[in-house]
Amino acid sequence: MWWLLLLPFIGLLWIPFFNRTTPELFGFPFFYWYQLAWVPISSLITFIVWRTSRSGDAE
Amino acid sequence: MIGANFDGVALAVFLAFFALVTVMGFVAARWRKPETLAHLDEWGLGGRQFGTWVTWFLVGGDFYTAYTVIAVPALVYAVGAYGFFALPYTILVYPIVFAIMPKLWSVAAKGGHVTAADVVHARYGCRPLELAVAITGVIATMPYIALQLIGMEVVIHAVGLNGELPLIAAFLILAFYTYSSGLRAPALIAFVKDIMIYIVVIAAVAIIPSKLGGYGAVFAAADAGFKAKGSGGILLAPAQVLPYATLALGSALAAFMYPHTLTGIFASSSGNTIRKNAILLPAYTLLLGLIALLGYMAYAAGIKPTSNNDVVPALFRSLFPSWFAGFAYAAIGIGALVPAAVMSIGAANLFTRNFWRAYVNPAVTPAGEAKVAKITSLLVKVGALLVILFLPTQFALDLQLLGGLWIVQTFPAVVFGLFTGWFRAPGLLAGWAVGFFGGTFVAWSDGLKPLHTLVLGGTSYTVYVGLLALAANIVVAALVTLVTPARQPMVAAR
Repeated sequence: MWWLLLLPFIGLLWIPFFNRTTPELFGFPFFYWYQLAWVPISSLITFIVWRTSRSGDAE
Repeated sequence: MIGANFDGVALAVFLAFFALVTVMGFVAARWRKPETLAHLDEWGLGGRQFGTWVTWFLVGGDFYTAYTVIAVPALVYAVGAYGFFALPYTILVYPIVFAIMPKLWSVAAKGGHVTAADVVHARYGCRPLELAVAITGVIATMPYIALQLIGMEVVIHAVGLNGELPLIAAFLILAFYTYSSGLRAPALIAFVKDIMIYIVVIAAVAIIPSKLGGYGAVFAAADAGFKAKGSGGILLAPAQVLPYATLALGSALAAFMYPHTLTGIFASSSGNTIRKNAILLPAYTLLLGLIALLGYMAYAAGIKPTSNNDVVPALFRSLFPSWFAGFAYAAIGIGALVPAAVMSIGAANLFTRNFWRAYVNPAVTPAGEAKVAKITSLLVKVGALLVILFLPTQFALDLQLLGGLWIVQTFPAVVFGLFTGWFRAPGLLAGWAVGFFGGTFVAWSDGLKPLHTLVLGGTSYTVYVGLLALAANIVVAALVTLVTPARQPMVAAR
């Protein structure tokens, strides 16, 4: 499941995908809410990787 | 000493909180009281026992510095979307922390290592490589401490105190309680600092947009402001795309190579404490993203700041009642104390372990180490203070910029050995030298700009110099490792 940790890098470094104003959300242009949305998504991904790999190394 | 912004209520609130954390700083020596503080594990790492929450507050308080709260909105105010690279940077840093730091912690805890350079020495047995990592850590940290002083100076002026005396007083107090309590002082103060910053930011992002007509109006005002200025914008210009991405990635790789962030890692109680923190620390990133928007709110509020760094104080002054503005300034001021303390401790640990013990007194006792580190932490802080008092501010800013480029050059030496035995010390040292000096030269010849333009096949690419230098570093490390003979014969001779 470690490959999941690569997703935030793809999501946030592929800039042409999100360098736009629409669709807006609560007055936030897409550029802003998209990147802010990656904060909880990235946390969740890390949580999933942690839960699924825990048996592997107990420290 | 009384300046133009003088506001009795704001000043009283500011001083009250400052007094509170001063008392906490000295009392911290007795928090989770060890048998003795005269041991570097206790003074410099708080006993390696900080659990998930203490680590969360400590690293949060230490990584998201006061200067960030001032400088990120200032940059966003000045250039717009480009200033937002701090957001992807502080998101991407946590998958990296999750993948690397539990392993580094485990190696350090097993070997009794206090610094990254200790780990490197234990792994490769190469004194020059250890010294390179240690020196890089110290010189990258010094301007970072100076930056915290700039942050503190901004809020001291914001409460209406002029002159340098208040700054000197604040820093001396900080120096004394760090000397007596070690890492326990910033760890305890971080609780107060972080909670205050959360309150300020949540209030700001809830109240300010409603006073200004909602977020839609804030972004529209910023957009109009940039168009009127003729520079910047709320989206990235095509030429800014690659700089934005490389700055975010390069900064994320550099962030946890700094002595102050690593000190937070080494001080935690287990690998799982670090994993949980990689999941929980992004809460601060959300906060940072919202703080960055203060730069746009300044347009909507029609603020005319005297300088970009004055954006946040000016916004608070005009939109908050005095007592809350004082509270906000105190939050930022205390926000400078925590990282400054941890940075000086991290630098002192490096000096003690990787210079004093390595070259001056190899037989130093743990108590002796603690003593050397305490005195070093005082000297480091006085040094940063002198830089701010006697050299132009731009000097610290330029050095801080180079600091990121420098510290990321220690990444291969510190991290690669945790995952592979392939790289060898001569290669890593050569790679470090090429990255460090080559990167510095390129940045210097570009007029101390963080970006460098490469022309490949007729197309030009503008990228972050730190990342470019790191790539050169890794290539050289691999090539030199390939051509240097393996150490098998030596092992056989033993």
